[in-house]
Amino acid sequence: MNVLDVQDLKKHFPIRAGILRREIARVRAVDGVSFHIAEGETLALVGESGCGKTTVSRCILRAMPVTSGAIRFAADGGGQVDLARLSKRQMRPLRRHIQMIFQDPYSSLNPRMMVGDIIAEPLKVNGVSAAERRDRVLELLDLVQMPPGARTRFPHAFSGGQRQRVGIARALALNPRLIVADEPVSALDVSVQAQIINLLLDLQDRLGLSMLFVAHDLSVVRHVSDRVAVMYVGRMVEVAPTDALYRAPLHPYTEALLAAVPAPDPMRRGRRQVAQGEVADPAKPPTGCAFHPRCPHAVERCRVERPELRPAAEGRYVSCHRAEELDLVGVR
Amino acid sequence: MASVTRQTPMVERVALAIRDLAVQFESEQGVVRALDGVSFDLHAGRTLGIVGESGCGKSVTARSILRLVDRPGRITAGRMLLDPGAEGEVDLAALDPESRRMRGVRGGRIGLIFQEPMTALSVHYTIGNQIIEAVRQHADCSAAEARNRAVDLLRDVGIPRPETRLRAYPFELSGGLRQRVGIAMALAGDPDIVIADEPTTALDVTTQAQILDLLRRLQAEKQIALMLITHDMGVIAEMADEVAVMYLGRIVEFAPVADVFSAPRHPYARALLRAVPSILAAPRQRLSTIGGAVPHPGSRPSGCPFHPRCAEIIGDICRQQIPAPVEPGRAGASCFLTEPGRERAA
Repeated sequence: MNVLDVQDLKKHFPIRAGILRREIARVRAVDGVSFHIAEGETLALVGESGCGKTTVSRCILRAMPVTSGAIRFAADGGGQVDLARLSKRQMRPLRRHIQMIFQDPYSSLNPRMMVGDIIAEPLKVNGVSAAERRDRVLELLDLVQMPPGARTRFPHAFSGGQRQRVGIARALALNPRLIVADEPVSALDVSVQAQIINLLLDLQDRLGLSMLFVAHDLSVVRHVSDRVAVMYVGRMVEVAPTDALYRAPLHPYTEALLAAVPAPDPMRRGRRQVAQGEVADPAKPPTGCAFHPRCPHAVERCRVERPELRPAAEGRYVSCHRAEELDLVGVR
Repeated sequence: MASVTRQTPMVERVALAIRDLAVQFESEQGVVRALDGVSFDLHAGRTLGIVGESGCGKSVTARSILRLVDRPGRITAGRMLLDPGAEGEVDLAALDPESRRMRGVRGGRIGLIFQEPMTALSVHYTIGNQIIEAVRQHADCSAAEARNRAVDLLRDVGIPRPETRLRAYPFELSGGLRQRVGIAMALAGDPDIVIADEPTTALDVTTQAQILDLLRRLQAEKQIALMLITHDMGVIAEMADEVAVMYLGRIVEFAPVADVFSAPRHPYARALLRAVPSILAAPRQRLSTIGGAVPHPGSRPSGCPFHPRCAEIIGDICRQQIPAPVEPGRAGASCFLTEPGRERAA
């Protein structure tokens, strides 16, 4: 059973000009994206700035209206409800089931509230009694490996890593069905980042979390995700189980991304091919496949015909005309 | 242990020698020792990678060399010798930061590349104005010559159509192009030393790869002594010839890059490398962690500053005594474990 089924999601931002503020163009930030997250699964959404990954996560949270498409979410009683069609009011009772972990543990915690109150806030809003709240906060602190005494202290007393633990405890307070984590470790130092990655792996095992993990760091993603979805200029270019994607990418953009990551091993130096050019502008995406101007494998068809995301091998999806004939290089 | 990838001995000219550099920030809350006896050499044509977590002093080192440490910070000890041993040897630590001499060094002999190129660029002027200005500040040339030089610089850093780009404002460029302009600015004074402080941290990964390639090419062409500051072990592995690992204002290990990755000498370097997520990881692979977090530089632990987090602590000696600093130019660690008679079995 899937916790989330996103189908043909579009989010366009109008560009307006003139005294009548007429729409002169559209930024197709998300332009027909489909994916699902199974129960207990972590799906990583990766891509470079402007690819639309954050916009996708914001659409799922309904932090913004959706242009078109469906966001089907597991509802109470086994059915699915399309979040894209709900009003703010209809959305409200569902919010407790989708929680967020933020990138910056410094700005995402209220500095005037004690840690215990920060974690208890979602419980309070949902009418949990004070005694139950207290027990639950202690349980959650234990879950994120923080001492019980942290309850009565303020965020400033804690390091970035500890604050991120508090943020995670708050996200878990209501036993959400889905966690949306937007770059949850990218603001942390290496030694602390490792602690939080391990914590997320523990929590996945212990609680069977379903998670959308939005990230740009492909190394972090390899550690924490079950499957990976790669976006480029508002479209999904490849979706695959993590190990398969890293070992044998099917889309040339995935290959370029993997090749660009510097491995922490000087013996591998100079073995990579660097993709030329820059990420296309989503206000003026190239014709055909958006990656074709940078793609070393592009042929005429890629310039004129836009590839759709289609099933490839077992559990894999790719949007490349030449996926079957190319022999792309992953990392080993 | 010999370096694996590079057999070249370090015979290149020393462009800058830092010796026992100490920087303190004094405030009502007390004295913060941001740098505590840092020594290293920058060699022409080589890249020294400086790596460490926040608060380790990597950026303060860069700012000290350029004499850009703002009050209440000040250099309290040490020397920074430009062209050491040569006739024109200058100790940058002894210069007035505002002096003509120092301004000539800053941007002239030593170029600086920032993490966020907008730090170096003004939003109010075109790119052409700014680069031409930078060229003329360090060379006695006509406006036309400076303009030609600016076009050459932009072409050098891989900016297409440089003549038209001169008229662009920084906001009209993408992050990658802006960093290329930032590099052109750093090279405007024709420096032989370049300090790059997290030059690719704000960039996307494919852009980062392009910028790293560019830095490597420019360095080789111009035989630049490059000091590359980063928190990213992948960037270090990709770029550095030698590596200095910093922790709480001290260099805890210095070694050729292959050594640092294959046989790190300091427990912090060992722990840090095991904590780095890898693109080569197995599915759901856990990372080794270092207990605790980097302490605030204002509450520096006694003895070896790493001892409260060290998994290989020997005993009271680590808690009470500060290990000798790494000798400049020699591979080694500032750790009691590596002292003669205490080498740990490999």
